[in-house]
Amino acid sequence: MALNIERDEHTGTDTTGHEWDGLKELNTPLPKWWLYTWLACILWALVYFVFFPSFPYGKGYIHGLLGASSRNDVMADVKGFAAERNAVMSKVAAASFDDIRKNPELLAAAQTAGRITFANNCQPCHGAGGAGNPGFPALAAGSWLWGGKLEDIQQTITHGIRSGDDAARDSQMPKFGTDGLLKPEEIQQVADYVSTAFFGLALKDAAPASIAAGKDIFAANCASCHGDNGEGNRDVGAPRLASKIHLYGGTRDLIVRQVTSPHMGVMPNWNGRLDTATIKSVAIYVHDLGGGE
Amino acid sequence: MANVTTGSAPVTYNEEVVRKFIIAAIFWAVVAFAVGCYLAAELTWPELNLGYSFTNFGRLRPVHTSGAIFAFGGSMLFGTSMYVVQRTCQVRLWGGSALANFIFWAFQFFIVMAALSYVLGFTEGREYAEPEWHLDLWLTMIWVLYAIVYIGTIIMRKEPHIYVANWFYLAFILTVAVLHLGNNMAVPVSFFGAKSYSLFSGTQDAMVQWWYGHNAVGFFLTAGFLGMMYYFIPKAANRPVYSYRLSIFHFWSLIFLYIWAGPHHLHYTALPDWTQILGMTFSVMLWMPSWGGMINGLMTLSGAWDKLRTDPGLRFSVTAVGFYGMSTFEGPVMAIRDVNALSHYTNWTIGHVHSGALGWVAFISFGAIYYLIPVLWKRDAMYSVKLISWHYWTATLGIVFYITSMWVAGIMEGLMWRAYDAQGFLQYSFVESVVAVHPFLMIRLFGGLFFLLGALIMVYNAYKTIRGPRSAASMLPNAALAAGE
Repeated sequence: MALNIERDEHTGTDTTGHEWDGLKELNTPLPKWWLYTWLACILWALVYFVFFPSFPYGKGYIHGLLGASSRNDVMADVKGFAAERNAVMSKVAAASFDDIRKNPELLAAAQTAGRITFANNCQPCHGAGGAGNPGFPALAAGSWLWGGKLEDIQQTITHGIRSGDDAARDSQMPKFGTDGLLKPEEIQQVADYVSTAFFGLALKDAAPASIAAGKDIFAANCASCHGDNGEGNRDVGAPRLASKIHLYGGTRDLIVRQVTSPHMGVMPNWNGRLDTATIKSVAIYVHDLGGGE
Repeated sequence: MANVTTGSAPVTYNEEVVRKFIIAAIFWAVVAFAVGCYLAAELTWPELNLGYSFTNFGRLRPVHTSGAIFAFGGSMLFGTSMYVVQRTCQVRLWGGSALANFIFWAFQFFIVMAALSYVLGFTEGREYAEPEWHLDLWLTMIWVLYAIVYIGTIIMRKEPHIYVANWFYLAFILTVAVLHLGNNMAVPVSFFGAKSYSLFSGTQDAMVQWWYGHNAVGFFLTAGFLGMMYYFIPKAANRPVYSYRLSIFHFWSLIFLYIWAGPHHLHYTALPDWTQILGMTFSVMLWMPSWGGMINGLMTLSGAWDKLRTDPGLRFSVTAVGFYGMSTFEGPVMAIRDVNALSHYTNWTIGHVHSGALGWVAFISFGAIYYLIPVLWKRDAMYSVKLISWHYWTATLGIVFYITSMWVAGIMEGLMWRAYDAQGFLQYSFVESVVAVHPFLMIRLFGGLFFLLGALIMVYNAYKTIRGPRSAASMLPNAALAAGE
């Protein structure tokens, strides 16, 4: 095929002489700035290969003159931050809660550590500011299951609830319905009683006879843990029933469900993930949310 | 051209299959953009997950990504490559109409089955390659047939040389075949079950996944669409390609360098340092080879810049090349490990992807669609040039909202995640960064809706054009000859 090289009028450049479906190409040389920028990038890469880990061989790789390692870098970073924090946090670990309260420097560190640790680890269940979620206790309201003193909170965070940890908070509510301890109508009666007497619900269809029967059933089966007046018992984590705050919901149907086959929440033990100083900091933060005792 | 067709019977091209692919591409574009907008709304207001498994973000996301990349992008690539290879080789598509039609329907079937399987919860869990093994085999068959048809046409060509657009299409076809086979090496649990497990494990599996993932960007969304660019820009501008030498240089360097760059998706992970650094350096060396395409695209306009005023279709193509240049600069920058330490896992990455996907891939496709519809359906012009302009401006505005909001959101997230206070404690919790990003997610959704609106304008315009009168020339007795021109 004969080439049909033409001069392009606009640019003054020759075409290559090829043509496809009316398409032609100019024979413009490579733009200089393009070529040199590319060569500079290649040079930069070559320099990088000299100083940093690059090509593999066999079971090893070229380490480069700087011996750089991102694993070592991050370990050094982690150590550095830990050392920085440790200056004050070792004091938090050693001091009593009273002493931390009295020392503005320690208190400030504990509050900072507590806030961020809570936000990243506890907030997903307990909600922002410890507002709580269905099944996850509110922490700001003073309705403590296992105690609201700093030491109690520290104990709960450290060992968890039904977590499998040896010192975990542990208790069980019987499955009154599924295990046949109470008949369905008895559960209905006790639910009538609890919802009217403790939850303060005005239920038109709760007959006085049913409530009265429920009161007896409650005294025989529930009061040992939840108290005669529904005040709860922190020794066994039995929730206070005479309250406006309910762990698993505040309706009669939810009481029936809970008595029949109870939910029993699990909280992880944090001793494996957080150090003592951090747990104490979280305890202080939680204590200060509004419900601390 | 003249030296081939003169004196010989005019070639009648197979335009039927191209028409089908263009219609399919327009249809899937609307689907992919609409699902994308819904997902953007789910990210902004998680209640929109609605509590059903099949409306969950995790299941809908691959419908959006596969819909945009493979259904819309893939149909564009099939259609335009089959159009371009016939025109630039001056022969009818090799293998006959039945084979071409089979490829079309088999690919559409693949897309529908893939989307259904995602929604029903079947996935290999490999990003951008989610279909399970039986669909992978089906796609392999389609791809082999496509390669045979394409290469067969090139072999039968009546032109002495192979046009640059075909190099890029060919690189796309061959490399995607290798990527598809390599990435999908999996062991099915049973012959009649959908579930399979990858042949690789751990870090190596991640590396294979991103070798595929990055080169899907490189060879599907870059090389393939550069092929499109090399035909439709000089055609619409009626100018010669700026530099033949540059096209050779940037083609081979792009092909060689791209394949190394995948590890930059795995910076600061369990991937060894040497692999990360090779990925980073090759990404930076890839910058100029990528820009070679931009230079050739933009400089081809020299002497025809005035056409941008009158031809909004060409305006799409040229703006696409601009976005291409921007994202192929942003990419190497983000591949540098110290930059990546800030950008990784943030919305910046999402913004980067969409400046490429919306700005480059979709815009170059829109340009090709507006060029092709009057040609394929023998119309004088699109129904309304003004509506093309409206599409252009709504879509451009949409992209601007999208990528600027994602830049701000991403950099803010990156800075919040790495902020420490004086005592060495993290300053912000993750939840706080989620809250901070919320307004920008709304702006992103707004941008996405603009882009969708533009596509709907295109649908209307295309419908009116195709339903409108044929051009006078195509009514002549020698219409077949006109069709061949």
